[in-house]
Amino acid sequence: MASSATSQRWLFRFSLLTAACTLVLICIGGLVTSKGVGMAVPDWPTSYGYNMFALPLSTWLTGGVFDEHTHRLVATVVGTLVVVLTRWLGGRESRRWLAAVAVAELLAGFLILRLGPDWKGAGYFLMGIGGVVLLASMVWARNETAPGNLPALGWWAFALVQIQGLLGGLRVVLDKEVISGTTLGTVFGLIHGCLGQAFFVLLCFVALQQSAWWHRSGIRPLPRALGLLLPLATVAVIGQLLLGASMRHQHAGLAIHDFPTAYGSLWPATDSASIERYNQARTDEMTVTAFQIFLQMFHRLGAVVAVVLVWTCAWQARTDAIETGMRRGLFLWAGLLGLQFALGAATIWTAKAADVATAHVAIGALSLATGVLLTLRSRCGKASDVFASPPSPASGSIAVSGR
Amino acid sequence: MNTTLKTLVAVAATGSLLNAAELTGKISVKGTPPPAKPITAVKADPNCGKSRTEDAMTRTWVVGADSGLANVVVYIKGGLEGKTFKASEEKPLIDQTGCMYEPYVSAVQVGQAFQVRNSDAFMHNVNATPKINKGFNFAQANAGQVNDKTFDKAELGAKFACNVHPWMIAYISVIENPFFAVSDKNGKFTIKGDLPDGKYTLAAFHQKGGEVTTEIEVKGGKATAALEIEAKQ
Repeated sequence: MASSATSQRWLFRFSLLTAACTLVLICIGGLVTSKGVGMAVPDWPTSYGYNMFALPLSTWLTGGVFDEHTHRLVATVVGTLVVVLTRWLGGRESRRWLAAVAVAELLAGFLILRLGPDWKGAGYFLMGIGGVVLLASMVWARNETAPGNLPALGWWAFALVQIQGLLGGLRVVLDKEVISGTTLGTVFGLIHGCLGQAFFVLLCFVALQQSAWWHRSGIRPLPRALGLLLPLATVAVIGQLLLGASMRHQHAGLAIHDFPTAYGSLWPATDSASIERYNQARTDEMTVTAFQIFLQMFHRLGAVVAVVLVWTCAWQARTDAIETGMRRGLFLWAGLLGLQFALGAATIWTAKAADVATAHVAIGALSLATGVLLTLRSRCGKASDVFASPPSPASGSIAVSGR
Repeated sequence: MNTTLKTLVAVAATGSLLNAAELTGKISVKGTPPPAKPITAVKADPNCGKSRTEDAMTRTWVVGADSGLANVVVYIKGGLEGKTFKASEEKPLIDQTGCMYEPYVSAVQVGQAFQVRNSDAFMHNVNATPKINKGFNFAQANAGQVNDKTFDKAELGAKFACNVHPWMIAYISVIENPFFAVSDKNGKFTIKGDLPDGKYTLAAFHQKGGEVTTEIEVKGGKATAALEIEAKQ
């Protein structure tokens, strides 16, 4: 029993590590987009024709190549961690499934390679992943399957991390393909950015489900007003993520370069003469459109709505009779939203300094995860009811102390 | 002198057959465009900082003597409908030197090959993102590396960028005929070529200021034009 509890403790720590590494990966990805260096390495999954693990140091350390290539390397670390996590959560039962997936991926990769040189990226990618998964399936540890929905969530993470990797690669190799005036690179970049945040939330959910707080009994339902406000505020934060990602991947974060005014007004004119005037006055190489200006205005308005909703939740939590952990979580969320608002303003005031813009992405990811997890926690007496039956306390499989 | 010979001499005298036309003129800016700013990232980059002695400046509006506007693509836009022109064999060069593209603005004819060179001692990538033509992105890892490229559709201001050094930007316009030029630092331009006498529409395109046109008449192989592009405040 003790060894099981110890194993569960390490699984919890490993889940936290995987989530933390994913946040680091999001930060580096944010840096790549903020600096506009996403295409600094024109090929994938090779880097300048090299196996990505063999890129010469001198090339890696050159300008934007450093950010983009580091993003790729950290992504492989996260991918490997997730494969291990899936194996760990799934217990020994997961071995044969992992082996089946590995064989399928190796075979698919081999077949794709035979389609021709244009397909070699996807082929090598699948075969590389298949190899890692095959190794995971060969790990002989006879560990128990994690309780509740955790194995299923592990498989979701396993699928998402591979889709996410493929999207990141397609963002590079399909950058020159245009559909309806939009490059596929922009579309895949946008989906890659949003899915990365969803993936991070999923890993946080996996980790938090193993925490003491998550399994503490006696969670009271939230008061009615707070119970309504909390999901509403979370939806507002999700909306902000989508708007922000759309702006970033069009490199339209500075479509309006003043704040709190917008081109000197409360609401900027967007007629063609005004747009022409705005563009002529810019010394950067960007050409803004009315759509991009609307996008940023909605992001600004959305920020106010999100902050008001989240702070109202925290204000309600101050007086309402709610569980201490939930109250602290709401206060933390309010703090994150305040910081996020300030970073949004600073992004404009610093002309989108890469470190500030990236901090805005990172705090955005943490705000999203906090909102979603608090909402899930509040919707049921025990959060693990959300997807499946909770682990049996009698089994001792979840250590509730010391975390 | 027979009739044919008389005709040839008369036509040659007016320049209509030999057509060694020369269009000259000047592009001026009206208004006060924003001044150039130093691109601080260039000096901050370990490689690029060493390769330059002076600050790299933004080039969105380059204004010279007497309000002359540089980097304007001037070309015959109308009057040549139905005519086709063989692409020139000459290969213009877009160079990467000191972590900047030189020239910032250039023009080629549809189907005319041009060269992209890396004159720096370190790597760049060349990411072309035209709206009409097919884009490309390739690496130039070595000093002196040259690649030939061609665009096969007319397009104004196709963008080139280096993502390794993301401030590096250049534009290339692809013109359907060989009658084009890019204005110099004082806004002056000269278009030379086998352009018959006649009436034409002359266009001037600036990346920020947009396009203006004027009607011109080439007489005896000569024409002059003055165009004004407004920098709106």
